[in-house]
Amino acid sequence: MIKNFLMNLLLSAIWVALTGSLYYTNFLFGFMIGFFILWIMNRNETDHRYFYRVPKIIGFIFYFLYEVVKANIQVAFDVITPKYFFKPGIVKYPMSARTDFEINLLTTMISLTPGTLIVDISDDKKTIYIHVMYLTDPETFVRQTQTGLERRLLAILR
Amino acid sequence: MIEIVLAILSTVGALSILFASIGILRMPDFYLRLSVTVKASTLGVGLLLICAAVMFPDVSVTTKAIAIIFFLIITAPIGAHMIGRAAYFTGTPLWKGTIIDELAGMYNDETHELESEESDTDDDREDDAPNIAKTDEETE
Repeated sequence: MIKNFLMNLLLSAIWVALTGSLYYTNFLFGFMIGFFILWIMNRNETDHRYFYRVPKIIGFIFYFLYEVVKANIQVAFDVITPKYFFKPGIVKYPMSARTDFEINLLTTMISLTPGTLIVDISDDKKTIYIHVMYLTDPETFVRQTQTGLERRLLAILR
Repeated sequence: MIEIVLAILSTVGALSILFASIGILRMPDFYLRLSVTVKASTLGVGLLLICAAVMFPDVSVTTKAIAIIFFLIITAPIGAHMIGRAAYFTGTPLWKGTIIDELAGMYNDETHELESEESDTDDDREDDAPNIAKTDEETE
């Protein structure tokens, strides 16, 4: 897993050195070529996790950007129109994330989505308390976050 | 082509910062103000920095822009979390339209430890009522 990633970085550095143009687009292109070469070379190996994980990470980044933009439009619409549409509330959210790194990433993602704000984390690291702006029903919100953001994040990390 | 992308990105970034600043004025209580401001300004500053990175074809500008966006994304949610937690401790009331507050009564009064389950040992339950404002004037 980590060996494949370092190999991929080395291959993209070699590509940048050979082409001689130090731009991010060129580095990304070299990374894609290195990923393809590694995929071909490792077809007979048993450990294929790296090659499933990189497309999942890219998909997760696009999913997260889509969620952020959607929520930003909702909040912006509420800010500029005279009537308040929101129903705020503080919700208790039971996490499936266990290690500190998983909790850190999950809380950062939830905090960066507009309309949700982490108020506090319980001391036994089992639940987080989220201030939500558009809360029609606490159970629905918890279920949506569990099946959407948290499941996708943990699928990448584990 | 590049100019159109730059125009769209910088317009969206500037608009989201504008909406964040209108939100500070218009939102009815402290938590909603915090919630609106931190996210929208992170998105706005990030988009403007991406514009700068696309506009100047220089590696040092791109690396600086990416580093600034990275540290902004790490630090802004932590800042918001600490400010919100401090506001909850000092008893800032929630807006009168707040429908639920599941955090009320979960803190230990002496140690400020937070439990994940409701403890049944308390004999006086009147301290645990949610701190929700009755009128608009309390949260001005």
